[in-house]
Amino acid sequence: MKKTILAIGLALIIFTGCGQKPSAEPQTLILATTTSTENSGLLEFLLPAFEEEYNAAIDVVAVGTGQALQLGEDGNADVLMVHARSREDEFMAAGHGVRREDLMYNDFVIIGPATDPAGVSGTSDVVAGLQAIAAIEAPFISRGDDSGTHIKELSIWEEAGIAPAGEWYVAAGQGMGAVLTMADEQQAYALTDRATYLARTLEGIDLEIAIEGDPLLFNPYGVIAVNPDKGDHIQADLANTFIDWLISMPTQEMIGEFGIDQFGMPLFTPDSQLWREAEK
Amino acid sequence: MLEIAALSLRVSGVALGISALTGIPVGAFLGLSRFRGRPFLVTLVYTGMGFPPVVIGLFVYLLLSRNGPLAAIESAIIPALFTPGAMVLAQSIIAFPLVAGFTMAAVMGVDAQLHLQARALGATRWQTAVTVLAEARVGVLAAVIAGFGGIISEVGAVMLVGGNIDGRTRVLTTAIVLETRKGNFDLAIALGVILLGLTFVANWALLRLQGKEE
Repeated sequence: MKKTILAIGLALIIFTGCGQKPSAEPQTLILATTTSTENSGLLEFLLPAFEEEYNAAIDVVAVGTGQALQLGEDGNADVLMVHARSREDEFMAAGHGVRREDLMYNDFVIIGPATDPAGVSGTSDVVAGLQAIAAIEAPFISRGDDSGTHIKELSIWEEAGIAPAGEWYVAAGQGMGAVLTMADEQQAYALTDRATYLARTLEGIDLEIAIEGDPLLFNPYGVIAVNPDKGDHIQADLANTFIDWLISMPTQEMIGEFGIDQFGMPLFTPDSQLWREAEK
Repeated sequence: MLEIAALSLRVSGVALGISALTGIPVGAFLGLSRFRGRPFLVTLVYTGMGFPPVVIGLFVYLLLSRNGPLAAIESAIIPALFTPGAMVLAQSIIAFPLVAGFTMAAVMGVDAQLHLQARALGATRWQTAVTVLAEARVGVLAAVIAGFGGIISEVGAVMLVGGNIDGRTRVLTTAIVLETRKGNFDLAIALGVILLGLTFVANWALLRLQGKEE
């Protein structure tokens, strides 16, 4: 038994050794980010270009926004890509980060059945839309799991002055995918991020976007360089280079193109300061 | 929390009743008769005993889905997706092979002399079966307990077909998953303790039931 383990171990060492490039050792950057950027395939789409150009390897740690910020605070990551503006500002104020840049945003949409019983389709006023849904008590599926999306939904209900409750308001306590499935089965309304919704339409789902485009539904992402005072292992220079590259026009253009060939529309909207100035 | 525990007991209790009413006769039949195709059916039951509950959940989900084969049929017997009825259906299917399989094993473990004696004394096939079942009652009870244990603790299928809807289809196991994901470990542990307590009490009650008969 021991011999087998030893043999497997040796084999692994040899194989992984073979995989490495003979050229100069690439510098490694640890990027802590949210699952949304990883799962959507955006990082896979963007990062190889940077790694190629700068002979760097980027290790992506995909966790929740809260945990990503914690990783930065503990000095276990070099760069953070997260979406919780108030938490990001606290992080910077506490001196855990040395640089923060706007990067991009994606958005949430209200999806619903094609029959649109609440008559909200095509509007961009999410507050009025939710009020209309609540008024006729059309079924609405909520995440109900304290996730970022759930908190977003609750904040919009609050904005609408409604405390949703009753037979029509279903707190699923499950992930986005499960909620979309449930909304499809029940022909109900739901709040979802656009990327997950678009990915599901490829698998066949009978729900349409009812409300989109309200600034309340925007979900901005920031990128933060962790304070190098956290330790010598923090790759401050490479982190800076990486952020410069992310907010540069060519990369921003790549972000704006990501998803078009697959979904017919982009999943993220570029939003760096450079981009905004160029757009004016 | 009480509501959640009550729903857990209700769903698993009804499912257990259904699977006992169907599983015990089927198990007894398989244990007592010899016919062509029996080995195949026995293998099927044993396979069912080890079948992942979540796959059964998936099967029931597809069956009841809006695009599923049963959707077009309007019937009071066919439950709707994301209702306790759908959960009962899934759990009945999960518990059935457990009850049938263990009953069969228990019946086969009864001394073959007993059947012969019963038959010799002029018992009908039906009476023989009842006699053998009575003799094997400890094993049959174990079958029912195994079925109960299999479904009260099950999470995958009830999550799929029930949907973990607050106040409607949330049971102890799905609530534990949710609270753990939210990071509410205290609440999750409390729910776990309740689940453990309920299972203990239910098994104790079943054993008492048997004790009284003796």
